[in-house]
Amino acid sequence: MATNNVYKPTSRVLWVDRFLALIRITFIGVVSVGVIAFIAQQINPQNPFASWINPDATGLTADQLKGLLVTGIAQGAMYGLIALGYSMVYGVLGFINFAHGEVFMAGAMSGMIISNKLAESGLWQDAFLFSLAFVIVTSIVVSTATAIIMERVAYRRLRDAPRLIPLITSIGVSFFIQNTSVVLFGPGAKAYPSIPEWLTRKRSFLTFEIEGTKLLVLVVAAVSMTGLWYLVERTRTGKAMRAVAEDKEIAALMGINVNRIIVTTFAVGGAMAGVAGILWGILFRSVTHMTGFLPGIKAFSAAVVGGIGNLGGAMAGGLSLGAAEATAPLVVLEPLGVNGVSQLRDAVAFSVLIFVLLVKPNGLFGERLSEEDRA
Amino acid sequence: MNSDVGLKENAPNRSSYPWLRAVRFSLLGSLASIFIALSGMPVGLDRRAIIYPVLSLGFLAILWVPLAMAASAGKETVLEGMEARKRGVIDVGVGSLVGLGSTSGICCLMVLIKNFDLRDPLVNWSPQLLDLLSYRQNISVGIGIWLLVGAGLGALGGLTNLISRFSRRLILNFVFAIVGVSVLETIVTDLSEGFGLAWVTDLMYYKRGGLEIYGALFVGIVAVAVPLLLRQRTTTARERFSSLSPNDQSRVKRISIIAGSLLLVILPFFLGKITNELLANVGLFVLLALGLNIVVGLAGILDLGYVAFFAVGGYTTAVLTSPDSPGFSPELPWPVALIVVVIFTGIVGLFIGAPVIRMRGDYLAIVTLGFGEIIRLLFLSDWLSDWFGGAQGITNIPGVEVGFATVKGTDPRSVFLLVLLFCAVAIYVSWRLEKSRLGRAWMAIREDEDVAEAMGINTTNTKLMAFVVGAVLASFSGAIFAAKVGSIFPTSFIMLVSIIILVVVIVGGMGNISGVIVGTVVLIGVLGGPKQPGLLQEFSQFKLLIYGALLVWMMLKRPEGLIPNIRRTRELHQDEFLQDAWLKGQIDSEDNHADSNVPKEGKDL
Amino acid sequence: MRMLDIQRLSVTFGGLHALNNLDFQVNEGEIVSVIGPNGAGKTTFFNMISGMVSPTSGDIVFEGESLLGLDPSQVTARGIARTFQNVRLFANMTILENVMVAQHCRTRQQVFGALFQTKAFRQEEKEIREYAEEVLSFFGTRLVGYRINQPASVLSYANRRRLEIARAMATRPRLLLLDEPVAGMNPKETAELAELIGRLRSEWGFTIVIIEHDMSVVRDVSDRVVVLDHGETIAQGSFDDVSNDPMVVEAYLGRPVQEAS
Repeated sequence: MATNNVYKPTSRVLWVDRFLALIRITFIGVVSVGVIAFIAQQINPQNPFASWINPDATGLTADQLKGLLVTGIAQGAMYGLIALGYSMVYGVLGFINFAHGEVFMAGAMSGMIISNKLAESGLWQDAFLFSLAFVIVTSIVVSTATAIIMERVAYRRLRDAPRLIPLITSIGVSFFIQNTSVVLFGPGAKAYPSIPEWLTRKRSFLTFEIEGTKLLVLVVAAVSMTGLWYLVERTRTGKAMRAVAEDKEIAALMGINVNRIIVTTFAVGGAMAGVAGILWGILFRSVTHMTGFLPGIKAFSAAVVGGIGNLGGAMAGGLSLGAAEATAPLVVLEPLGVNGVSQLRDAVAFSVLIFVLLVKPNGLFGERLSEEDRA
Repeated sequence: MNSDVGLKENAPNRSSYPWLRAVRFSLLGSLASIFIALSGMPVGLDRRAIIYPVLSLGFLAILWVPLAMAASAGKETVLEGMEARKRGVIDVGVGSLVGLGSTSGICCLMVLIKNFDLRDPLVNWSPQLLDLLSYRQNISVGIGIWLLVGAGLGALGGLTNLISRFSRRLILNFVFAIVGVSVLETIVTDLSEGFGLAWVTDLMYYKRGGLEIYGALFVGIVAVAVPLLLRQRTTTARERFSSLSPNDQSRVKRISIIAGSLLLVILPFFLGKITNELLANVGLFVLLALGLNIVVGLAGILDLGYVAFFAVGGYTTAVLTSPDSPGFSPELPWPVALIVVVIFTGIVGLFIGAPVIRMRGDYLAIVTLGFGEIIRLLFLSDWLSDWFGGAQGITNIPGVEVGFATVKGTDPRSVFLLVLLFCAVAIYVSWRLEKSRLGRAWMAIREDEDVAEAMGINTTNTKLMAFVVGAVLASFSGAIFAAKVGSIFPTSFIMLVSIIILVVVIVGGMGNISGVIVGTVVLIGVLGGPKQPGLLQEFSQFKLLIYGALLVWMMLKRPEGLIPNIRRTRELHQDEFLQDAWLKGQIDSEDNHADSNVPKEGKDL
Repeated sequence: MRMLDIQRLSVTFGGLHALNNLDFQVNEGEIVSVIGPNGAGKTTFFNMISGMVSPTSGDIVFEGESLLGLDPSQVTARGIARTFQNVRLFANMTILENVMVAQHCRTRQQVFGALFQTKAFRQEEKEIREYAEEVLSFFGTRLVGYRINQPASVLSYANRRRLEIARAMATRPRLLLLDEPVAGMNPKETAELAELIGRLRSEWGFTIVIIEHDMSVVRDVSDRVVVLDHGETIAQGSFDDVSNDPMVVEAYLGRPVQEAS
């Protein structure tokens, strides 16, 4: 049913609506008080307002703030890359592929294995750029293969099932892949080989001090995003994908091979997750079987924040979620007098998701879904 | 789904053997057995004997593959109106080929392990694995044995498609009885000691675990003989039951329920500490599963953050009863605390439910998952550690004083009895609610939310009610958990708990009380919960893998659960069901002649 | 007495006027048919009365009170029930349950009553059940007897339509909105249902609004016919008046040939 005609006189709202309004107001209130307190303490930590809320207010230096922002955006770029897969699959099949985070983990894991093998043979140190390109390609291949197999084995038979069924299945798939990694590669965290100094060095860029790895992450993400945009908006396959997202049956009648397009969608999403996986590995230099889990859920949140089905939105959602997650603990919570804020990063990410769904359920940049998927 | 594929392949010539299917299953089998071998199951589970010294759990983990593959390769769905392929010796032959194909994967793996070292990424790529796989013999001998075994098991698998359903059941009985009795060793020995029959089990089981060969034979023969002997009698009993009047039927049911529950109440007094502990753990999960069943199974709301209510229940109990609670410590007695806990968890359910209840079903799932994590992170955080102790948790929670005794973790029997009491409450609640105005409204919402609303159901309030009832049942579990363990930490409430409860609810059958109970008892009892060990302790590192695989398999093959609720079955297999019903004449044909349309009981086409 | 009064109702879906300044009245005890070519906005009109779609402007007054801003469940509670064009039963609930659940807004037992099996609860359950059986037996033997405990999904198409009407009746409405009640029925079933619609008014006292394409039914049952096209009322009056109206003929058959040249 169309939900765009909201015309409800306030006199007859249910108590739930009142409660929701209250939650929204509280949320906005808390955030704004936090931000105001932050600004106050930036002006002067001993400022009466700031110290009234948090007696230990210290404030951040501009460099600290910029550092947080850069870290957040680099992480957000990876969320964005993963979010593309969620968004595309949701657009085409109308379900949340919960296991997409595991596709990302598979990319990071295979990157770890290959790069360690390369490091053993010395190639990693001698021809770093070549090795990096090779590792990126293998990661993409592994992730894409994981996504395609997943679709073939688990999701294809569930196309017409009630919509919660594929979601539950994907939870099972996610679990299975995680624990496959445990039993095959062991449960501990595994390290990437060290990265040449010229790459990790900090560079100055528009007054921002950025580590080379983060710069690399941003550049690769931008390149991948451009490639994806070209694929979806400018090629025949992309047009077919959009048609299938709009209406599978009509698309099939128009002579589009729907199965192939769905597989392509999974493959492209998988490739993006593979890129994100290897970037994650290079940035954090460590991978475990749980690597895909939280980033996966956060990436889904990013897709929702940006408006699901909307690819530009997914990327923008990722960047904003990353930035919010990195800065909010120190910019909103710390000035409010919450201690140990760094523990609450994940909670912040989830709160952003909940808040966006409460205030703007279609996402910040609008969702693009067919009537059927929206129901 | 599968039937479609089979149909296409076999359509041109129905009488030929589906070779492609056989090849596919061989490949699948060999991949599966390589995966299982590399996952470390054979080595890890070899310590546990099923039949000493012939069969260990580790080998069982691989050996089922050729059998199952051969059996399913030969199986095919025969649609109504089509002629079934004639079966014969060829099935056995192809079965053995499929079995051979399945084990050939293992043989390749052995050769590879011998010649290459991939131990760096693959932790189980070890000489021990090779040693074990080749039966501690020369590698070529090992390969020979595997091929023989594969062909034999495959032939057996093919054979199962030839024989009658009854004899297939007898074979299954034989196998499952042996495996079952061996797996249940702890409980069986415990029980027999309780009844003073220790000598039986001493005789049956090898002293370091596993059945003796003659013990296994004995168990298997009993399992085959009982249905053979009682076959006639059970049918007559069933007939007699169905011929009773509805009133008498419900009386019989009531009596058997009372007898069953009496048995359950007496049971713990004959069991030892370990078994009681295990059953108490299982009971806690039954409580959780029954609660989630109301939310997911009846109202159709996929709540992935169910653990939040378990956590809130546990933490509230801890704060209210423990003298060591850091912030606020009224030291209430447990029963008083429970009342507060129930009310408080209900309110939390309302607070979490209200914002999410209007969302699309799948968004709701992720958001509830987020809430579950937020709540755990809050309990864990330094920020609130003045109330909840952060990572140190809350310790020194007293047990439950019930006048003549104290229920606490050191006395698992009392805990089990307490859990049993609350399970009874939960079952009663689920049962009564399902058959009430509220239960019907939940089902209507599950079926079609828009229409339910147009029929006058306030969907928001009704769904919230499901959320709250689910939350309250989870809080029971949390309260008992706190009293049982005596201390409470955020690590007990990870998201894994929610997922595992979801798995057991789904495996048992959503919306089906008895199914959910059986599913929970079997899965949690045998494989274990997120942190609690089950009967197969060796499985602990593989149980999550198995839970994941089980969830996928269930969704693909039997979304209605192992013990299906007819209602859900219909929903999930609507097409098949409708075709069946049509063939049986249960669907009324277009009634053109209104007068002739008198009710006809049990009419046939 | 005026039961339903719709004033200048409009709704726009992304620039498309599904309904445009629609005025519409129903008096108590009337049977009104709404006809019009496909896409004329008839079902949107029903969706709006039943609260599933909110109008962009205009007002819907039922028994002197505006329905604007009410949820569908609240509208049903006020006494308006509807059926759906593409039959939407609770397919896996039994026939009896389908009708029992529709009495939700007329009953009030909650968790407490169900858990403690209070006298009030058992009394109410009994009443719900009896009323459901009464409603079902309105359709003769088709929906009662052995079928009453079968799932709705096994019913034939015509019986599904009947069950939908029964379900709407069970909400104890005063105004009944029937969306193409005879679609997919054969002539004999159609005639029979047309007669039942008459009895719905005479025996049960419902005021009825019908959307229908089958002109024989429209002629037989309706006191008044309203013709919609492009979201606007183009004619109303008795069946004979309307069927001779040149605007109506044009809406159904297109403009006369000379303009097309």
